[in-house]
Amino acid sequence: MFFRDQGEMLPPRTAPITEVGLVGWLRINLFSSYGNAALTLISLAILLLVVPPFIDWVLIKAQFSGDSGEACSGIGACWAWVDQRLGQFFYGFYPAEAHWRVNVTAILLVPAILYVLVDNMPGAKFGRWFSYVYPLLAAYLLVGGFGLEVIQTDKFGGFMLNMVVGLTGIVLSLPIGVLLALGRQSRLPVIRLLCIAFIEAVRGVPLITLLFVAIVLLQLFLPPEVSLDQLLRVIIMVTLFASAYMAEVVRGGLQAIPKGQIEGAQAVGLGYWQTMRLIVLPQALRISIPGIVNTFIGLFKDTTLVIIIGLFDLLGHARLLQTNPDWIGDVDHEAYLFSAAVFFLVCFLMSRYSVSLEKQLSKDRH
Amino acid sequence: MSTATPEAAGASDVPIIEISNLNKWFGAFHVLRDINLSVAAQERVVICGPSGSGKSTLIRCINRLEDHQEGSIVVDGTPLTRNLKNIDLVRRDIGMVFQQFNLFPHLTILENCTLGPIWVRKMPRQAAEEIAKKFLDRVQILDQAAKYPGQLSGGQQQRAAIARALCMEPRVMLFDEPTSALDPEMIKEVLDVMTGLAESGMTMLIVSHEMGFAAQVADRMIFMDDGQIVEENTPDAFFNNPQSDRTKLFLSQILRH
Repeated sequence: MFFRDQGEMLPPRTAPITEVGLVGWLRINLFSSYGNAALTLISLAILLLVVPPFIDWVLIKAQFSGDSGEACSGIGACWAWVDQRLGQFFYGFYPAEAHWRVNVTAILLVPAILYVLVDNMPGAKFGRWFSYVYPLLAAYLLVGGFGLEVIQTDKFGGFMLNMVVGLTGIVLSLPIGVLLALGRQSRLPVIRLLCIAFIEAVRGVPLITLLFVAIVLLQLFLPPEVSLDQLLRVIIMVTLFASAYMAEVVRGGLQAIPKGQIEGAQAVGLGYWQTMRLIVLPQALRISIPGIVNTFIGLFKDTTLVIIIGLFDLLGHARLLQTNPDWIGDVDHEAYLFSAAVFFLVCFLMSRYSVSLEKQLSKDRH
Repeated sequence: MSTATPEAAGASDVPIIEISNLNKWFGAFHVLRDINLSVAAQERVVICGPSGSGKSTLIRCINRLEDHQEGSIVVDGTPLTRNLKNIDLVRRDIGMVFQQFNLFPHLTILENCTLGPIWVRKMPRQAAEEIAKKFLDRVQILDQAAKYPGQLSGGQQQRAAIARALCMEPRVMLFDEPTSALDPEMIKEVLDVMTGLAESGMTMLIVSHEMGFAAQVADRMIFMDDGQIVEENTPDAFFNNPQSDRTKLFLSQILRH
């Protein structure tokens, strides 16, 4: 027989040094086994092999001034074009005297996004409204009318064009995708079939084909006096394309919700839309966050396809730079690297936000 | 909508649920056969029977979680048909407690309870919270109100589910095997809450295998098998002097272990 009295209970002791602190972290994460240690060392070697020469090329040996490709040394990266071309990379051919309109739109975008994405912001009630009104405000600022000089959308370009198409697509594709996903599960056969047909048709065709249809074929079916803005057509097609994918991502989330949740909601007396909005979608969308953000990121990168309607986005201007007689042959890598870096930054931010959102939501529940 | 309280319903022989010649099929499978059942206000009916006998399906028909093909179900004067308005009316009168609790995991216990009052009964948030707190207190988990369902034990979750149903101030409560998914040491706390509810005069339809509990609270016992009512009796007669052979066999099997 064995027993301990109250006073004989063992107190906790400090953990051995191999389990906590820096040493513990290194041992557990990097050197937990021979295989892991070997991988750590190999990775370290690769990093040493790649990173210093890259930094050397990008920064240390780089050329920052000059007016043409003549100035480029050839040993390091050539950033001499940046001061000439940065404006075009971001504003395209948007008139220089109206750049302030793009700037104001971009600055207002920050609170508009924050009020949607971040909880407990000061003045949240007003802020939400601002977020809802922002798209109209942005359209007004960018296109003009009502006192502002009208700027045709074919003047849109550079990264601003990517942001316009990308953000519009992101904002619209989620609700449309949710409706399509719900429609695909509808008990009404007509709605269900329409949704399935739309999703499968759009998913089954490359985006570039849809864009050609929007640009070339659509006019054949529209009455001649109707002319739909080219950029608007691209935005619509990109949005519909992303919506079809979104619908399937959301459907995956919907299927993960147990039937008991719907029955629980029905038993409380909630109707269909209340059940979806209050019970099913909050849970389904939460599960779908990685897939939703994945679709957003894909959509954002697809905005570079505006090149096929003759608009020059960020990537388009990188290409213009490469083929400019002053710079031809000298800045091929740099122009692409710059565009890639800008796209990466935005996509990476989306990805990080999704991770932090998942963490926050899973913390709420437990 | 009139919100007649059970007291106002007066005499307890007024039927609040009237089921006649109910037949239901799942595809080709005849799951409910010629069910006739009427439940008076403030009556407690316990339904038992082997699994697959249709007892859960029967009570799920009463608030239209399942539809039926033949016969009629009338709840508090409202017939259950395809008419969505009637379904809404009936569901407002009926609270339901499920085997798997079916609490909403993304909402706190308090929010689970205020959801119906706010969105269905259109109450202001504050009034809804007061009602929710009253019933959470009654099932003795008021201190857990700010937690999420996943943070509670099974017994606490089921009591929260009962409180959620009560917040709609229903005239009838349906219980679909409320203790079957619980660890043994948590069954009692849920049954205690249900006993308290029975003593307060709530009309209750309970699918359960807790025979001790049934003997204690039931006004009437119903035994189902193969989609039909095999025996309907007072608890006393049901347990001590069952009439049907099938009932005798069932009782001997569940009481013997």
